[in-house]
Amino acid sequence: MKQPNIVIIDYGVGNTYSVGNAIKFLGYKRLSISDNPKEIEKADALILPGVGAFEEAVKNLKSRNLIPLLNEQVLNRQKPILGICVGMQLLATDSNEKGIHPGLDWIKGRVEKLELKPEFAVPHVGWNNVSFNEECPLFTRNEANANFYFDHSYYFNCENPDHVVAHCKYDIEVTAAVQKDNIFGVQFHPEKSQTSGLKLFRSFFNAL
Amino acid sequence: MLKKRIVATVVVRNGIVVQSINFGRYLPVGKPLIALEFLNSWGIDEIILLDISASKEGQQPDYEMVRSASARSYVPLTVGGGISSVAHIRELMHCGADKISFNQMALQKPELISEAADVFGNQCVVVSIDALKTADGYRVYDYLKKETLGKTPAEFAASAEKLGAGEILINSVDRDGSYQGYDLDLIKPVCAAVNVPVIAAGGAKNADDFIEVLSQTEISAASAANFFHFTEHSVNRTKASIAQQLDVRLETHADYKENQFDKDGRLSKKTDQVLEDMLFVRIEKEEI
Repeated sequence: MKQPNIVIIDYGVGNTYSVGNAIKFLGYKRLSISDNPKEIEKADALILPGVGAFEEAVKNLKSRNLIPLLNEQVLNRQKPILGICVGMQLLATDSNEKGIHPGLDWIKGRVEKLELKPEFAVPHVGWNNVSFNEECPLFTRNEANANFYFDHSYYFNCENPDHVVAHCKYDIEVTAAVQKDNIFGVQFHPEKSQTSGLKLFRSFFNAL
Repeated sequence: MLKKRIVATVVVRNGIVVQSINFGRYLPVGKPLIALEFLNSWGIDEIILLDISASKEGQQPDYEMVRSASARSYVPLTVGGGISSVAHIRELMHCGADKISFNQMALQKPELISEAADVFGNQCVVVSIDALKTADGYRVYDYLKKETLGKTPAEFAASAEKLGAGEILINSVDRDGSYQGYDLDLIKPVCAAVNVPVIAAGGAKNADDFIEVLSQTEISAASAANFFHFTEHSVNRTKASIAQQLDVRLETHADYKENQFDKDGRLSKKTDQVLEDMLFVRIEKEEI
């Protein structure tokens, strides 16, 4: 098969360079980091990275006029998209990080603060075992309970539990991955999860 | 379950990785790219890249160094040194950094902690505290002025958390490069003072030091710098030793799971049972 055309959406708050490095390592050469509508329209798959605060991320998406474009590409044209960390949280209806802020509303639910027992430090930082639904195309290459790297204080509380395809234990069951049709999101950082993460990227692109 | 993290601190001075001894003497080790690539392939959980020349000379962060160093590393990277504005952080994020570490700026411009946390989230902000033991107990140490401050490390950590720090890195100046083990008396009050993860640094010599600090204090991660640089497979061998007692991530090809180690981390002979199981084809002695 011809290599897929992959676009990492650059909206100013993502660690786009790290994500790009990991994907390049797997041998995908048709890869660009861009916020250019023409590039995004040509893509076969989209990656929505993100490091940072929810409000800042939404503000950046809006200021670059990306929301209508993404709605068109993802909802109407059904392009596969993978949100990473805050990029995954953006898929939600809204977030209560520093006030209520609306998200893309592609997967119903709210992004909420991790309210845990005092012995659980917040942010949730480090490598945690992820239990996943084996039917999810993201995890076809990963061993059961593989370790992934998390670094977040808020988590995606989905309205429909069927959309949660993976979770990890950290006092509560923390949503680790979501999927609804062509829309995928992971709370952890596959680009920073060594081989486990590289396998996930491979599975995502191979499922195209 | 969340694993305790084994972190490597890579100290860079004028573009070269160095071994630091008591914040005063530096021995050259090699190029950052090579150091990070090896640590990554040996299965380190996280890397902290500290440029100690940047803020001393009032420079900006060395973006090119970070960009080239991170190119072959697929584990989280925290970058410190010379960061004095949100613009610096944004640029570092584009060069492969996942988190940034404030040390001097936490002392000089603490409001920058809040600014950074607002933009990038508090999970992105690590506040690094250097601590020195004095006659009145532990005190925060300013390595530029070479003097101690009035605050204890625990007080300083608590105020940093309030400002928006998502992690605290507590570094013992006395133990830096000393190979005497972690300073538990320094680390415990800092862990008690905050609800964010704490990383301990300074003094590690072998796996036992990691086991001691990870089991006897509340820290989330233990860091070492010098001792990872000088032996082959230092990370996976150390983690294999630790894994016999604590839950750490051990997913490298060479995982040393069936090995025994002596207290200096040298490999001992495998047990007879393990060797027996490794026999692929058994050739019976021929009777003539």
